[in-house]
Amino acid sequence: MLRVENITYEVNKRTLVRNLSFSMQCGEVVAVLGANGAGKSTLIKMLSREKETSEGNIILNGKSISKYGSAELALKRAVMSQHNVVNIDFKVHEIVMMGRYPHYQNNPSESDKNIVRRTMEVCGVTDLEDRSILTLSGGEQQRVQLARVLAQVWDCPGALLLMDEPVAGMDLQYQQQTLAIVTAMARRGFMVITVLHDINLAAQYADRILLLKNGRKWNDGTPAEVLNTKNIYNIFSIAAEVSSHKQTLRPYILPRDVAVDVLCFDPAGK
Amino acid sequence: MVNYKLDKTIKPSLIYLALTVGLIAALAFSLGMGAMEIPVKDVLLILVKKTGLIAKQELSPQYITVINIVRLPRVVLGVLVGAGLGISGAAVQGIFRNPLAEPGLIGISAGASLMAVAIIALEIGLLSGLSNLLGYYLLAFGAFAGAGVAAMLVYQIARTDGRPNVATMLLAGIAINALAGALTGLITYLANEQQLRNITFWMLGSLGGATWETVTALLPFVLVPVLVLPFMGKALNAFALGEAQADHLGLNINRVKRNVVILATMAVGASVAVSGIIGFVGLLVPHTIRLFIGVDNKYVLPASALLGALILTLADMIARTVISPVELPIGVITALLGTPLFLYILIKDKKKLLQ
Repeated sequence: MLRVENITYEVNKRTLVRNLSFSMQCGEVVAVLGANGAGKSTLIKMLSREKETSEGNIILNGKSISKYGSAELALKRAVMSQHNVVNIDFKVHEIVMMGRYPHYQNNPSESDKNIVRRTMEVCGVTDLEDRSILTLSGGEQQRVQLARVLAQVWDCPGALLLMDEPVAGMDLQYQQQTLAIVTAMARRGFMVITVLHDINLAAQYADRILLLKNGRKWNDGTPAEVLNTKNIYNIFSIAAEVSSHKQTLRPYILPRDVAVDVLCFDPAGK
Repeated sequence: MVNYKLDKTIKPSLIYLALTVGLIAALAFSLGMGAMEIPVKDVLLILVKKTGLIAKQELSPQYITVINIVRLPRVVLGVLVGAGLGISGAAVQGIFRNPLAEPGLIGISAGASLMAVAIIALEIGLLSGLSNLLGYYLLAFGAFAGAGVAAMLVYQIARTDGRPNVATMLLAGIAINALAGALTGLITYLANEQQLRNITFWMLGSLGGATWETVTALLPFVLVPVLVLPFMGKALNAFALGEAQADHLGLNINRVKRNVVILATMAVGASVAVSGIIGFVGLLVPHTIRLFIGVDNKYVLPASALLGALILTLADMIARTVISPVELPIGVITALLGTPLFLYILIKDKKKLLQ
């Protein structure tokens, strides 16, 4: 269980996240939505303890995350970062095995190897296992990173999975597949918090959506509760039609065209 | 699933074996070569006799003296310096997440040489009363201190929000190198002819100063990094993912960085102190190893120590014998041999290296 109590993050006298509170249970998928600069990544960084909260508490399984030892926390939460750049010639299976580093001292056990095989299969990178990470496309690299992140907590049910735009650079198939994978992880008892830019992907897979605006929580609820024309306009300044899918009854969103004054593109610059 | 291989145990152990055999062979040949040629068979007999396994064996006492007093400390020093430079290079490249980094880059070598040159140039006032041995220790300690100060300076400058930033660290290293180089240049104007020759020879690197005292002084400074750094293989691998990602894997990244900087300073600073600047070993050795066994630091670190020792033994053998009785600076040999190989790797892999 995760409980976030009134967290605030300030840097250089600017408040990036202010008085944010929410809680979640094991088995839930929470999507974090908001405009650029709304504080989504900062929230993920505070939850992962990459950044320390200026105020407030983050309580994971009854214990403040600041009280966890580094190695202990690594067994309770895994993080898929937004930017993953590897510039050293590691093989795909070596990268994925790094997810198991918190679990062994010198040599991986049979179970570590099995978990690596399993997560590579789940993420569809088994065929790439002997390829150098440097030779893969951006989307393929993201899938390898996902396999590594899953491997880290694969056998730690109840752990927290934090994902900052996990589908960046992935094609349509793997966008869907990635969300399906993390949803399946949630059903196995994990807690998933994922930042998403694609509002329809959030509507499709999330159990709950957290809307952020200017570092504050704007709304928190099921996709059907949260995603309406008014909220979307408030968050993204975009007019959108919200409909309900006939079979899943989940909302889907169709943004309206944005009108741009063509005169702004006058090459003379007047 | 079919050809899945997480086990890479065979290949690294083969490489270790090949490197060890090569090192022993190189040592035996190196001990035999020089002004007095000693057959390899006799070299091996003398060494075996030292271990006490065979008691009676008629050997020329002259051979024994030359090996024990002159050549053995020198090759042992070469092994230590080579191992230290090789493994430090591999570790520093891991921390910087850049295969082009080497200890020289973060100012360790430049700091060491600045202090050493200063000590040589100020010798007139300071050391005229001191014996040679004390002067040597002063030089060694000065170089090590200079290395430590430069490394800590770069490290402190690079700290932003409590975390050392690698890009800043590299830039600070460039600045420290330039500063130390300028100061070294200034100091050489204060030196007299004899000191200048000392400085030049020392800056190009030489194992000529080897004695059993030098070896004993250097031993702990190399042994500790060589024994400890291989245990940081996993941590250094995780650094390749990025500092945040390594942190998420439960690593204390600041502690890893600090430890690597200290251990690398120990090995490189002390090596520079006893043998001068021997370029390219820290850069080239880990690269060559990666070509054969991949980039997993668990294997790269120990193998780099072995290959560093092997290369320095060979380079010193060439330096001593090629225009005998005159000696070439060993740094000239490593640079002459290393640069073409390095350029070859660079041209072949430039896309990979400069990403």
